[in-house]
Amino acid sequence: MADEKDMQREPPKEPQPDGASKPASGSKEGGESPKKGAEAATPKPTPPAGTVSKPSTTATTAKPTAPATPKPTPAGKTVAKKKTRLDYRVHTWPHLVRSEFLVAIGALIVLTIWSILVDAPLEDPANPNRTPNPSKAPWYFLGLQEMLVYFDPWIAGVVLPGLIIMGLMIIPYVDINPKGNGYYTFKERKFAITVFLFGFLVLWVSLIIVGTFLRGPGWNFFAPWDKWDPHKVAALTNVNLSYKVGIRDDFIASIFGGAVVIGYYLLGVIYYLIMRNRSEVLQKLGVVRYSIVAFLFLTMMALPIKMILRWTLNIKYIWVTPWFNI
Amino acid sequence: MPKLPLPKLRLPERSDFEEMKQQIVESQVWRSIFRHGYEDTPRNRVLAVLDNVWLHLHPTKLPVHGTKLRFTWCMGGLTFLMFLVTTVTGVFLMFYYRPTAEYAYNDIKYLEFDVPFGMIMRNMHRWAAHAMVITVWLHMLRVFLTGSYKPPREFNWAVGVMLLTITLLLSFTGYLLPWDQLSIWAVTVGTNMARATPVLGHEGPFAPPSIITPSSDVRFMLLGGTIVGPSALLRFYVLHCIFFPLLAGGLMMLHFWRVRKDGGISGPL
Repeated sequence: MADEKDMQREPPKEPQPDGASKPASGSKEGGESPKKGAEAATPKPTPPAGTVSKPSTTATTAKPTAPATPKPTPAGKTVAKKKTRLDYRVHTWPHLVRSEFLVAIGALIVLTIWSILVDAPLEDPANPNRTPNPSKAPWYFLGLQEMLVYFDPWIAGVVLPGLIIMGLMIIPYVDINPKGNGYYTFKERKFAITVFLFGFLVLWVSLIIVGTFLRGPGWNFFAPWDKWDPHKVAALTNVNLSYKVGIRDDFIASIFGGAVVIGYYLLGVIYYLIMRNRSEVLQKLGVVRYSIVAFLFLTMMALPIKMILRWTLNIKYIWVTPWFNI
Repeated sequence: MPKLPLPKLRLPERSDFEEMKQQIVESQVWRSIFRHGYEDTPRNRVLAVLDNVWLHLHPTKLPVHGTKLRFTWCMGGLTFLMFLVTTVTGVFLMFYYRPTAEYAYNDIKYLEFDVPFGMIMRNMHRWAAHAMVITVWLHMLRVFLTGSYKPPREFNWAVGVMLLTITLLLSFTGYLLPWDQLSIWAVTVGTNMARATPVLGHEGPFAPPSIITPSSDVRFMLLGGTIVGPSALLRFYVLHCIFFPLLAGGLMMLHFWRVRKDGGISGPL
């Protein structure tokens, strides 16, 4: 066991020698497909994990920075390394199958006991004439329902969920950082991990918790120890941003709101213009990828910004038009 | 060997037993089903995986870190397990459930009180469905944290996002089927969003009022009516029991197949 652990910690960075057991048909070039070009050269032995960690690059990978200078080694040495490489893989039966089997049994036991102890809910028969207060969506959608407090349904219920799904699918195509492929690291991809965890834990999971446990009748806020009072009245003192800054004319207000929203997205453009000559990352990213990242990022951040504006300044809408409000 | 006084049980003589076993194991029937023996040899370890319809999803050998729970969290596998549990218990529930407003609720009551093991089947179906939602999120989190969506696995990540969406839709369509107050109003809240769809929902921005009305917008298409009524129940039942499971099954095949084709478990190698 100790043996295996050591090997795991210090993986040889040499290209995969056995193309046979795994057809490499799907593997494209890129930092993480080490199967090809095995015969070409052996990259020099990697420093201990935690330092640079260069993914073995094939010839096809465009890598402007210093390449992983392949150091030609005597054939004898390569053969010796290949041997350790093979030791490094274990038989699926029993090493993986055993764990899977035990985990599956454990999960089924927990599920069975849980199902014996806790009954699935069943309330009164459906009655379209009696609306419960509050009416809550299934728990996994309560983050979206909670967003309805801050945005109109067409944003919170349609546009944002759509962007979440599209944005998730786009991630691999806009994250061009070759590092951190196949192992846990925070240092090598701080931005990606921070943004993802913020979106997942803060904007998704915590809003679900709020919607599930802290919202009562009228979708008013109730602490867990408060009694749900259906007659609780929350003063509606929210005003639009344009009103807050003193604009009373509807037309001017909508121009102003549009300027604020468009100006917010222009921040992304301004950042690009300032940084494009200074940031290597930005240059590698290119303008198309950058636009997608900036748009999705700013849209995601619009939610916490709107929440804070609501809590501190009682802002209802940023931009009011005859057709839609944001 | 000194003779022991105890054994009075008349087990077959060892040689007889061995002979019987050998006859069975060497019979044409047995050999047509099991292609290899069970001696612990490297060859048999490989064959155990290759010759098994379930296990052949796996490669015969894999990097050590791929067997570690601290790397994979086993969440993808657990998601698949939960899918299987909901499939099996779901088939059982289908035997007793009729998707009409008239019968649905009473059938659930019947399942709970009269059908042997009906209650635990319904409980397992529901809790496994909730567990699947959680495990699929954690699976996504793990895959993100290990950067396993990076080349060459970009497309498989996209397939995974689709599967995650389908998991939520499966759970959501199933939520309506008990036809109680909880389900009808949860689905009302959820599907009310559809009427705010830009252009296509009658309360959404830029919807042409003469064309998009409450009885012609996307919500109407989803529910088969202007409220969550009997036709919505039937639609959700069909989506829940036929459409989404087939779609999920197909995408799962693609997902698992791509894991192998994209180089197996991701790793720092």
